[in-house]
Amino acid sequence: MEILVYGIINSIILSLMSLGFSLVYSIARVPNFAHGALYITTGYMVWLMVNKLQGLPYILAIIFAIGATAIIGALIYRCVLIRIRGMEISEIIATYAIGLAILEGLRWGGLRGMTFSLPPFYPGAVSMFGLLIDYQRLIIVGTGILTFILLYLFTRYTKIGLALRGIAQDERAAMMLGINSDMTAVISLAIGSALAGFAAVLLLPLGNIVVEAGYNVLIFAIAVCVIGGLGSWGGTIVASFIIGFAQILTEALGSSHYQMVVALLAIILTLLIKPSGLFGKQKELEERV
Amino acid sequence: MEAMRKERIDRGLKVRTEGIYAISGVREILYLLGPRLLLIVGLMALPLVLELAPYWKRVINIMCAYALLAISFDFLANYVGLVCLGGAFFTGVGGYFSAIYNVYFGIPVYLAMPLAAITGAAFCTLCLLPCLPLRGVYFAIVTLMYPLLFTRIIEALNILGGTNGITGLDNLPGSYTEHYVIILMVLASLFGMRRFVNEDIGLVLRGVKDNDQSVRASGISVTRMKIIAVFVASLIGCFAGAYIAHLYMWAGISLFAMDFSIIPIASTVIGGGGTLVGPVIGTFILVPLSEFLRFFGTFRIVIYCAVLVGFIMFKSEGLMIYFQRKYHQFERWVKV
Amino acid sequence: MSEEAILSVQGISKSFGGVKALDNVSFDIYPGDIFGIIGPNGSGKTTMINCISGFIRPDSGHVLFEKKDITGWKPHKIAHIGIARTFQLMRPYYSLPAYKNLIIPLWSPRAKKFGGWRGGGKHGDRDTVAVDILEEIGFERDSRVPYKLASTLPTGYQKRLELARCIAMRPQIIFCDEVFSGLSMSEIAGMMPLIEKLKAEGVTLIMVEHRLRELFRVANRVMALNFGQKLVEGDPRVVIENPKVREAYLGTEEV
Repeated sequence: MEILVYGIINSIILSLMSLGFSLVYSIARVPNFAHGALYITTGYMVWLMVNKLQGLPYILAIIFAIGATAIIGALIYRCVLIRIRGMEISEIIATYAIGLAILEGLRWGGLRGMTFSLPPFYPGAVSMFGLLIDYQRLIIVGTGILTFILLYLFTRYTKIGLALRGIAQDERAAMMLGINSDMTAVISLAIGSALAGFAAVLLLPLGNIVVEAGYNVLIFAIAVCVIGGLGSWGGTIVASFIIGFAQILTEALGSSHYQMVVALLAIILTLLIKPSGLFGKQKELEERV
Repeated sequence: MEAMRKERIDRGLKVRTEGIYAISGVREILYLLGPRLLLIVGLMALPLVLELAPYWKRVINIMCAYALLAISFDFLANYVGLVCLGGAFFTGVGGYFSAIYNVYFGIPVYLAMPLAAITGAAFCTLCLLPCLPLRGVYFAIVTLMYPLLFTRIIEALNILGGTNGITGLDNLPGSYTEHYVIILMVLASLFGMRRFVNEDIGLVLRGVKDNDQSVRASGISVTRMKIIAVFVASLIGCFAGAYIAHLYMWAGISLFAMDFSIIPIASTVIGGGGTLVGPVIGTFILVPLSEFLRFFGTFRIVIYCAVLVGFIMFKSEGLMIYFQRKYHQFERWVKV
Repeated sequence: MSEEAILSVQGISKSFGGVKALDNVSFDIYPGDIFGIIGPNGSGKTTMINCISGFIRPDSGHVLFEKKDITGWKPHKIAHIGIARTFQLMRPYYSLPAYKNLIIPLWSPRAKKFGGWRGGGKHGDRDTVAVDILEEIGFERDSRVPYKLASTLPTGYQKRLELARCIAMRPQIIFCDEVFSGLSMSEIAGMMPLIEKLKAEGVTLIMVEHRLRELFRVANRVMALNFGQKLVEGDPRVVIENPKVREAYLGTEEV
C-alpha cells in the first residue's frame, strides 16, 4: 500500500517535471537542455521575491516568477534558437550551454549551500490509507492531475492549442494552413518553460533549492521522455509512472542513492529494446526521401 | 553613389601553389608549410620558452589534454555528425582504467596509459552501442548522461575508491617527459586525424554525416561506421584521461567533471569546427583564459557558455576558418 | 519466358496512418528487363522502391530476390546483395568533390567483392576507378568537372552522379527513381547511351518515371499504379492505351 501511494506521488512529480520538456520537443523539435535551469530559476526567483520583497504575497511571487521564466524561455527561442533552427547539432549545444550558464551563474551568484527553501502551501500532514502524507504532496497530486486535464482541453479546444498540435503532427502542412511555425515555437517554449517553473514551485517546497536539482530534473525529464517516446505526451505520462514506481521499488529494496541510476539505466534499456519509446512516433530509420 | 559588393578572390600566392607548382619557389613552399611549421615548432618550443614563467608551464599539460578532447569532439561532431555532450565520460573511463592498471595491477606508467586508452575506448564504445543505430539526438542525450551515471554509481557503491578516488598513481618521470608526451600526442593526433579523414574510410565517415541514407544504399552499415568513429574518438579521449590521472597522480570522480565536457565544445565552436586544428587553437585560448578566471570560481563556466552561444549565433564558422579565409583570399569592393 | 524471375514482389501493402500507400501490389522482374513503373503523383511508386530496398518495412507481403526472402532486411544488406537504388530528392555528399563521392560506394564490401579492380585498399586505386566511372557516366574526363565540389554541380550532373553511385557497386538491379526528371533534352540524350550500356551488361533496371516518351523508348515492360493499387502490367504500348491508365492520369469526364 505504501508503495502504491508513494509510487503515485513520485510518478506525478516526475510527470510534472517532464511535461515541459516533452512539449517543447514535440512542437518545436528542440531538445531543451535548459529545462532544468529554468526550473531552478523560477524557484530562486520566488525565493528572492518572498524573502527580499517583504509583503509580497506568496501567490503573486509565484505568478511573477512563472511569468518571468516563460518570458526567458520565449527569449531563448527568439534570440538564439531562431538563428540556428533546423541545425540539430547547434541547437543541442546552444540550449545545453544556456542551461549550463544559467545554473552555474546561479551557483556563483549565491545559490550555494542548503539554506534556500520555499515554504509549503499548506503546512502539516494528514493521515490517509494508514500513512502520514503531507498536504504539499497531496496538493501536488491534485494539481498534477488538474494540469493534465487542462493541457488536454487546451490542445483540443482552443485555437492556439490546436495550432500547437498541428505543428507537432506535421509542420509543413500546418505552415501551409497559415500557422506560423516560429510563433508556435515561441509559444511552446514559453509554455514549456512555464510548466518547468510551475513544477518548481510545486516541488521545491519538498526540499531545498540547490543547483544540483536543476541537473537532476533535466535528467529525469529526458529519461521520462525517451522512455515514453520523444514527441508523445501520453507516453510521457505513462513513462513517468513506470519510472516513478521503479524508483520507489528500488528505494524500498535498496537505498535511495539509486534513484538517478534507475532513471539512467532505464534510458539505456529503452534504447536497446525499443528506441522510439513506448509511444514514440519517430522511427529510428527515418524515411527522409 | 554606385552599388558596391564585396568580392573574394584567392590570393595569387595560393593559386600558384596548386598542384605541382607548389614546389616552384621558396615563397610557395613557405606559404604552404608555414602555418604547419609554426604550429609544430611553436608547440615543441613552448615548454622551453615558458621556463621563464614556471606557473604557466603547468598549464601546458592540461591545455594539451584538453586539446586532445577537442580534437575528438570536432571529429565526432563535424566529420561524423555525432554530438558528444560528455567528453568527461572518456576522461573518466581512461583515468580510472589507467589507475586500475597502475595501482591495482602494478603495470608501469608507459604501458598503463596506452593500455587504458585502448581498453577504455573499447569500454566506451560498448557503453555507447545502444544509441548508435539511432538518430543523433539520442547520442547527445546518452553521452550527457554517462558521466553523471558513473559518478553516482561510484559514489553509491563506493567502489574504486569512492569519493576519495584512487591515489598513488605513478607520474611520468621528469617534467620534460610530461610535457613532450602530451605535446607529441597532440601533434600526432592532429596530423593523424587529418590524414584519417581524408583516407577512404574517413570519407565514408564524412558521408555518414552528409547523407547517411545514401551510405546505407551503397551497401555500408552506418552503425558499423559509427562504431569505428566512436572507438577512434574515445581512444584519443581516454588517453587524455589517463594522462590527466597520472599528471595529478590521482583518479577520482572529478575526472567526470563538467569541465571536460564543456571546454572541448566551446573550443570547437570558437576555434572553428570541422578543421581539427581550430579546436586545438580554441583550447589554447580557453584554457589559459580559464586559469585567469580561476578567481571567479564557477562563473568561468558561465563565461565559456556565453561566449559559446555568442559564437554560435554570430560567428558560427569560428576563428580558424575566418583566419584561413583571410590567409587564402583577399577581399575588395567592386562595382555591381 | 522460361527464365526465373530475379525479383518477385508479392502482395506488398503499406499504410501510413490512415493513408493506404500500397495495396497488395505484386509483380515479377526478369533478368535483363527494363521495367517501367508509371502512375500519377502519390500513387505509391517511391514507397514501392522504399519497401523493396529496405528503407520502409511493408505491412504485409514479401519481396524475393533470387528466391531469397529479403522482406524487412536492413537497407545496407539489401544493397550488398545487389539491389541498388537512386534517391528522388538526391543529395550528394556536399563536402566532397564529385569523384570522391564515389569512394563511398567503392569502399563498400560489395564493391570489394564485385568491383573488378584489385584495390586492396590503396588510396590511389579507388580514385582512378572513380574517375573512370565518372567518365562512363559522361563527365568530361580532362575537365575540372569531376574534381569540383558536389554541391556546385548542375542538376544534370548530380543526377548522373547519383546513378554513378549505384553503378559503382556493380549491382544486379538498379531502381531509378525519376532519373529523367529535371533534365533537359540534351542531358537525357546523354543518359540514353548509359542506359543502353547497362542493359548490354545485363543489369536489370526498374525505372520509375513521369516522362513517358523517354521511358517507352527503353522499357520492355511497364506497370501502372494508382492510389497504391496496380492497374495493369505489360507491353508499354498496350499499357498506355488502357482506359484505366488514361483515367488515372487525365481523369474522366463527368457528364
